[in-house]
Amino acid sequence: MAHLPPIIHRLLGDSLLISAQKNPSKVVVTTNDVAYTYQELLNYSAALANALQQRGLQRGGRVAIYMDNSWPALFSLYGVLLAGGVFVMINPQTKADKLAYILNDSDAHCLLTDIQLENNFYPVLDKLQQLRHVIYAGKEKEFLVSETLIEHFDKVLDKVSPDVFIKNRSVANDLAALIYTSGSTGSPKGVMHTHLSMLFALNSLIEYLRLSDEERILNVLPLSFDYGLYQLLMTVHLGATLILEKSFAFPALMFKRILEKKVTVFPGVPSLFAMLLSFHERSKQCFPSVTRITNTAAALPADFIPTLKEIFPNALIYKMYGLTECKRVSYLEPELVDIKPTSVGEAIPGTEVFLLSPEGKPVTSGDVGILYVRGPHVMLGYWKQKELSEHMLKDDVYPNQKILCTHDWFKMDNDGLLYFVGRSDDIIKTRGEKVSPIEVEHVIYGIEGVNEVAVIGVPDAIFGQFIKAFVSLKAKSSLDDKKIKKICVAKLENYMVPKEVIVMNSLPKTANGKIDKKQLS
Amino acid sequence: MRFDVWMSIENSVRNYILENYLFTDDQSELTNDVSLLERGIIDSTGIMELVLFIEEAFGIKIDDDEMVPENLDSVDNIISFIKGKNSN
Repeated sequence: MAHLPPIIHRLLGDSLLISAQKNPSKVVVTTNDVAYTYQELLNYSAALANALQQRGLQRGGRVAIYMDNSWPALFSLYGVLLAGGVFVMINPQTKADKLAYILNDSDAHCLLTDIQLENNFYPVLDKLQQLRHVIYAGKEKEFLVSETLIEHFDKVLDKVSPDVFIKNRSVANDLAALIYTSGSTGSPKGVMHTHLSMLFALNSLIEYLRLSDEERILNVLPLSFDYGLYQLLMTVHLGATLILEKSFAFPALMFKRILEKKVTVFPGVPSLFAMLLSFHERSKQCFPSVTRITNTAAALPADFIPTLKEIFPNALIYKMYGLTECKRVSYLEPELVDIKPTSVGEAIPGTEVFLLSPEGKPVTSGDVGILYVRGPHVMLGYWKQKELSEHMLKDDVYPNQKILCTHDWFKMDNDGLLYFVGRSDDIIKTRGEKVSPIEVEHVIYGIEGVNEVAVIGVPDAIFGQFIKAFVSLKAKSSLDDKKIKKICVAKLENYMVPKEVIVMNSLPKTANGKIDKKQLS
Repeated sequence: MRFDVWMSIENSVRNYILENYLFTDDQSELTNDVSLLERGIIDSTGIMELVLFIEEAFGIKIDDDEMVPENLDSVDNIISFIKGKNSN
């Protein structure tokens, strides 16, 4: 038997190499009722890695993955990693202009996508400075020859062998991913995470969630959302199995999967749990196979807990808090869920958190302070955004090391448990996604006939906040709320579209003549 | 089912989706075979509203296990689902 050198977990892609070596015939994912093994994931990823290198991908080069939750999205991600590239996940709901912005900002050289997103990616190809290659999944189609080469996955993978070992000279301090998130300036920014920070976060999550290689993890959240992404990364790292669905739009399908596949881990967000609760009211649901349910993105209402315990009689319930800039900040030990119903818990294993006053002084327990996060999971900064990075990353006690200032207000009790108080910027958090009001305002200002606009978040028990826009119109404009929403739907991801648009004669102003958002609600 | 009833189901389903998810009355913006989910017309929070609309507008009760893409993910699928429910 050939001698196989031990593989050490240094890079994110090593998770796949190790799990595939240990248990090649084990199922890594079932999606759309089709099962794929670790060996298949390795073969497809390695073949794609070769193909990407043949197309000029260098170590550290960015590759955008703009796809639904699907099998090609999985081997795309590991293909990029095995080739030594940096993956950039883009939400498939992203519309053309923002897609072009992210592709240009990240200098992506290659785009991996689905044919059903053609209406968004095809029209912007000539606006992209760096992009040279598009590889797409789905129905094959003839494209005109242009500077960007557009190829189908099948054709690309047919021509390469997975057996040629790819020399990947990346080291753990190299970037593994750029994760784009909404920023207070209105333009999305790429959070830089290294192999080191992501592997560290991964192991910390696995530790406190008490996961093993026997887990069957359900993921209905988009892989472009780091919460969804880490379900995949944890699965592969553990050598477990992922049950992947495109979304939770069709609850019956999701319930069927939980029962059929005996799902053990159920990650959700409050809107998903709210939907589950309303179904439970129509007809009783019970999923005894599930042993862990997790919530993040917005606070899980405490009155959900008793019903969730009925639906998941054997599950530990984890309440968590995080931000993309360090993946996750805190979790509440599930044994405390009834004792500390409003807390988001303590720092994740291997990290620490503390509160400081705006002047940088320590805060006594029970008082409000700004939350700081310290640990190897903290990002390197925002891609090409020095000032914004400096706003978030502050000097540590040791030279040249950084800690993360979340700019969120928290309280800490005598047991060291955290309580969220509020945000110090005006970012809206809705349905688990961060939305910059400026980004929505930009789109509405771009509409012919709009005079002024102000976008705010209104507190909502299930969504955390919902988005509301106040608009005043130019004289003789025939715009109305519906026409404004229509344009928003065409330009913004669904979760960014205002739920309510209020047309007013004029917007309230402060003494300096600026729009006074405090007077709007 | 009579042809005019059939047409009115199609119209009311189309108009509901155009009006509530695409915010338009331009009929050309929705084809009957397109996947509502894949095109991002409806997302996870929108499907319950669609279910309630169908129940109310057509006087039918939709069971949990009927809330699957085969019944709800395109105008065509919704029409044949309603038609099937009515003939039961």
